[in-house]
Amino acid sequence: MPTFVHTEKCDGCKGGEVTACMYICPNNLMKLDTERMKAYNQEPDQCWECQCCVKACPQQAIEVRAYQDVVPMGGACIPLRTDQAIMWTIKFRDGAVKRFKFPVRTTAVGSIDPYGGKPEAGDPNDQLLFTEAGKTLPTIS
Amino acid sequence: MSGTFGNPEIIDIDTDILIVGGGMAACGAAFEAKRWSGDDMKITLVDKAALDRSGAVAMGLSAINTYLGDNNPEDYCRMVSADLMGITRDDLVFDVGRHVDDSVELFEEWGLPIWKDKETEGVALRDGGKPVRSGKWQIMINGEGYKTIVAEAAKKALGIENIIERCFIVKYLLDQNEENRISGAVGLSVREHKLFVFKANAILNVCGGCVNIFRPRSNGEGNGRTWYPVWNAGSTYAMAAEVGAELTMMENRFVPARFKDGYGPVGAWFLLFKSKATNGFGEDYVVKNADMLADYAPYDKAAVVPTCLRNHAMLKEMIEGRGPIMMHTDVAMAKLAETMTPKEIKHLEAEAWEDFLDMCIGQAGVWAGMNIRPEEKPSELMPTEPYLLGSHSGCCGIWVSGPEDIAPAEWQWGYNRMTTVKGLFTAGDGVGASGHKFSSGSHAEGRIAGKTMVKFVKDNAGFTPALKGDIPAIAEEIYLPVRNYLEHKDKTTDEDVNPHYITPAMFQKRLQKYMDEYVAGVSTYYHTNAKMLEVGLQHLTWLKEDSANLRAKDLHELMRAWENYHRLWAAEAHLRHIMFREETRYPGFFYRTDFMALNEAEWKCFVNSRHDPATGEWEMKKVPHIDLVEKHYDGQAH
Repeated sequence: MPTFVHTEKCDGCKGGEVTACMYICPNNLMKLDTERMKAYNQEPDQCWECQCCVKACPQQAIEVRAYQDVVPMGGACIPLRTDQAIMWTIKFRDGAVKRFKFPVRTTAVGSIDPYGGKPEAGDPNDQLLFTEAGKTLPTIS
Repeated sequence: MSGTFGNPEIIDIDTDILIVGGGMAACGAAFEAKRWSGDDMKITLVDKAALDRSGAVAMGLSAINTYLGDNNPEDYCRMVSADLMGITRDDLVFDVGRHVDDSVELFEEWGLPIWKDKETEGVALRDGGKPVRSGKWQIMINGEGYKTIVAEAAKKALGIENIIERCFIVKYLLDQNEENRISGAVGLSVREHKLFVFKANAILNVCGGCVNIFRPRSNGEGNGRTWYPVWNAGSTYAMAAEVGAELTMMENRFVPARFKDGYGPVGAWFLLFKSKATNGFGEDYVVKNADMLADYAPYDKAAVVPTCLRNHAMLKEMIEGRGPIMMHTDVAMAKLAETMTPKEIKHLEAEAWEDFLDMCIGQAGVWAGMNIRPEEKPSELMPTEPYLLGSHSGCCGIWVSGPEDIAPAEWQWGYNRMTTVKGLFTAGDGVGASGHKFSSGSHAEGRIAGKTMVKFVKDNAGFTPALKGDIPAIAEEIYLPVRNYLEHKDKTTDEDVNPHYITPAMFQKRLQKYMDEYVAGVSTYYHTNAKMLEVGLQHLTWLKEDSANLRAKDLHELMRAWENYHRLWAAEAHLRHIMFREETRYPGFFYRTDFMALNEAEWKCFVNSRHDPATGEWEMKKVPHIDLVEKHYDGQAH
């Protein structure tokens, strides 16, 4: 189910060296054609359909179309993600449409303070992780 | 000097701890290790992709499959043991079990939405909130952003300046002064003409499991829609084996039965929605074939039948022509709807779709393209091509030292989660004989390793890494596929068809074909025997010879060349272990047709292997198994 890029919508992330889709793709698939300043999927048959690039694209220029060696044409799953929630539009082959919205995060992006209010490191020779300070760990009786 | 294609700039980096990988285990290790080291050490994390969306949780997850809550770690050991047919390391499993909840509670604190029951809605797990459980060990989440949250904590902990993205480590290096001692790693940038040479005191090897060593069921664009992430190239096992780390249970594999063609998850359907699966004629194949499963006693008596045995019962129906196997989503939803309001029914439908959209969007695409609405009609199930992993319902991996307070003497050599190579640690999919960690357990295990690595570095403060081998020659070796391309590309009119080299894509297809045909892939319904394995090994040997002729026309293909080299190593280990274990321990995952029975008397043991880096020979051996937790296989809910 490879990604594809709408020619009209892609602006090549306005000439940056690395586009948002290139930055995020876990499999290094999205590539910028520097002559046309448009992104494309350089290896469609290695696409996991994770839609990480679709969600990251500032222009909503990327979509996924089902892998044609398996799936009949016409369906689509299109996300619209904010920092707090994701809205999905599911289009069926027969034309029906469903929409779902799910939360993705309960805190503000960038707000994590990993060690704030947490215990200092304790005894390196015991079995406790630092956040477990003061706990009694079970052992096999 | 800046590099050019084929002549990379060499970047030397000295670090105390090197974390190789960016998934759950890597993020857990970064978070934990930095707290223990403070500013006394340099810790560097290297990720082949981008940390926000790398590893097996890149897309998200709809459940956390390991949260003990009111359960105890002994029962967790029993469940894991039963599902993996009796051969697991209780010390490692127990250790994950006693730490995992702390990681899950951190995820919630950081911002991961975790479902609660109606009475404790809005109450955090740490404060007594009761999670919605889909099973005895699993809890439901809104997990689309799971990895981005866990990555943010790791980044903040380690400092962004200590994280190198788009760098693919391809080899570990031993020390030239001290035998069997890790001292560094080499990797290539997949974006720039740079080759990274790391010197490190300790290395955490956490690059996930292995995908795409078997011919997939899809034959075109769908090849990327694997069940486990397509970018997991077996690097964890291959790089450890190459430097002589002892592997364990590499014969184990996972063949998940999933929704056909999209590989969507079935756990919530079975456990949360109480859906049933049958053969094409409406018969419950596990009930129908219960007698057949008795051949694999006592594991057939587990409260939830082990995954491989459920596959075994399903395969009998498929092989004898009583497919298709159907999941009756429509019946399950109708039954649930009997006692629900229309609003609750709508919510139920959304939950069913979210299960896919959080972690397997491709399956939602299959349903959309085939006009499948789960409340209206059933969906087909299919066992997938085999996968190698150590964190899900599988237990292949590396042999590691166990926790000091639990592990018997023969299972510990000083540092928890250290491999048999001094200074080389692993976690998550890398640790063998201890499955069912899943995302949360892998994070917790990364943290365990993170703490002990800091201790290791402090204890070995006098160590100065001296990389074994000639670095320019190693750089030349890593770039050999580029050299092959540049030297020969103009000799034919089509650069893809050239007698002087093999493309990484064709190399992978050849590996997949022979693994499929001779090493129990889908085309033989997972059956093999000693004679077939011999043919398979011959093909892998030829393939290994041909790896010197891999080509890379750009950096992306250079990454693919090395990924497929790693796949070949992982595949060879898998084959050799299957060849050595003369029984059928995991029916439904694979069959040794020359030894179809479970043989508890002779094979209730670990199989360990070691590739000797000096001679290139593989040594296989049996290692005695012991239960630290008393086992009874009935009455243990999944």
